[in-house]
Amino acid sequence: MGKVLMKGNEAIGEAAIRAGCLNYFAYPITPQSEVAEYLSRRLPEEGGVFLQGESEVAVSYMILGAAAGGERVFTTSSSPGISLMSEGISYITAAQCPAVFVNIMRGGPGLGGILPSQADYMQSVKGGGHGDYKLLVMAPASVQEAVEMMMGAFALAEKYRNPVMILGDGLIGQMMEPVEFPDALKAEPTNKDAWATNGMSTRNSNQRNLVKTLYLNPEELNSHNLRLKAKYEQMQREEVRYEAYNVDEDYRVLIVSYGTMSRVCSTAIDSLKDQGHEVGMIRPQTLFPFPNTAIYDAAGKQGCRAVLCVEMCMGQMVEDVERSVAGLLPVHWYGKCGGEVPTPEEVIEEVQKLMD
Amino acid sequence: MGKIFQKPEALADRITHYCPGCTHGVAHRLVAEVIDELGIRGKTVGIAPVGCAVMMYDYFTFDFQEAAHGRAPAVATGLKRVRPDLTVFTYQGDGDLASIGMGEIVHAANRGEKFTVIFINNAVYGMTGGQMAPTTMPDQRTTTSPFGRKVLDTGMPIKVSEMLAALQTPAYIARQTLLNPKYINKAKKAIKKAFTYQIENTCFSFVELVSTCPTNWGMTPLEAIKWAEEKMLPYYSLGVFKTPEDEESAKKTSSTKNG
Repeated sequence: MGKVLMKGNEAIGEAAIRAGCLNYFAYPITPQSEVAEYLSRRLPEEGGVFLQGESEVAVSYMILGAAAGGERVFTTSSSPGISLMSEGISYITAAQCPAVFVNIMRGGPGLGGILPSQADYMQSVKGGGHGDYKLLVMAPASVQEAVEMMMGAFALAEKYRNPVMILGDGLIGQMMEPVEFPDALKAEPTNKDAWATNGMSTRNSNQRNLVKTLYLNPEELNSHNLRLKAKYEQMQREEVRYEAYNVDEDYRVLIVSYGTMSRVCSTAIDSLKDQGHEVGMIRPQTLFPFPNTAIYDAAGKQGCRAVLCVEMCMGQMVEDVERSVAGLLPVHWYGKCGGEVPTPEEVIEEVQKLMD
Repeated sequence: MGKIFQKPEALADRITHYCPGCTHGVAHRLVAEVIDELGIRGKTVGIAPVGCAVMMYDYFTFDFQEAAHGRAPAVATGLKRVRPDLTVFTYQGDGDLASIGMGEIVHAANRGEKFTVIFINNAVYGMTGGQMAPTTMPDQRTTTSPFGRKVLDTGMPIKVSEMLAALQTPAYIARQTLLNPKYINKAKKAIKKAFTYQIENTCFSFVELVSTCPTNWGMTPLEAIKWAEEKMLPYYSLGVFKTPEDEESAKKTSSTKNG
């Protein structure tokens, strides 16, 4: 199959089907309701399960029930909905069940707005729910990349028995771009008989399975948390992904930006190049694990004088960038979070302040 | 001569943590007997609540999931939708189901989810130490209604079975009790009927069991049974409130029992 022109939200839904996930539970919320609308038609065609839950809270537990039963499952929502799902997400990480959550971010806090935003960085990367847990968080910068991350997310969720979050801003969901669905990204589901509550007769076993999150014994709970921590450390070793842009040049400023915002930054970088100024960029594709080393190395390159973090929020990523830069250079921030995407001209103006 | 009475295979050989006089043990055994009799242990998954029965999975020998407080019907929905061949049931107390989980149970019932709910109504929060529940009786003293539940302040106890029976979606909704052997036999029949409806993929099935909590009621087990008979049964009337076969007569049964 060649390229087709698709809206991001619909492409994300189709990508899940192509990746072999035919179970979807969701609650409508702007700006991602098209995923549910699309799948309410497509999943019955594929013999899959589509269910509109009564709330995001309930949906997060439908995901837990299905995932604990050993089936591939996913949901999509937007910022306020993800806050509600955060309770269930904490339980799913604790229960060590694979699942995929998509957050097509809108502006906050509270009801905020319905326009694009990146204001759920902290919630996604630092843990929106209670307890010591992490999500593997991937941030697409195009509809094609959203498709590819989505298709790969199920295998990653199964590898770690942990939820994966695809964190897209509203533009990723709403814009149309040509996409293709690479068959090679489809991974066969792993065998889950060792732990899933799929019924003893399903796995021809006399041993029952139990999926739980309660550990009243303090030593057991500590060991449980150490097991989870070991998985997050493995993600940091094995799953860091980023794109380096224009870093072979002798740049004076390094931008760190992700998602739609990074595309605006690359346009700004191209314009500055035409004017004879070089600017490098590290674009994190995974927000957890964060590309600390890549940013440290890029900031440490001779001639680089400043780091600029550009986000559609009030600088939530800055502290991770500062941690990566480790005091080598000052870290500046530019962004907006009302729903307007900063223009290349605005980014250029901010970069020029740091050039002088 | 073979054994005529033995521990159900579905029940684990464990001593429970439940208090003396608590009816959870009876309810567990009835569920286990029904699962044995229907021969479905290998394809059954239980969903444990938050409450005194949070660790009920320790007392059964088949697959179990644990839910968050009130969310068991959503967990059961997720599992049953993706694995309709399994037999799925939730087991929830009144704080779990009728307070924090009211949204989940109403919508699961209204969608006609093909799983079974065992609802333990003992008019109080058990595990957290005897606080007032939505099902607490008027003037009943609890740790958060020390002068007795005042209806003007906190409303009347919720009759969950009647409320769910009012939904227009076909379902099996019954209330029984575990206060003496006669009632216990009826309760078992209701539980078996509920699981059978599920196995036949007929409808949502729900059995409320009026139960006792001597510890949190501040009573001996015998006093607790007497109190439940005198105070709870006149209000929480026993019977079948709805069946999928006969919508109209089920509604009539329900209204006369409430009247």
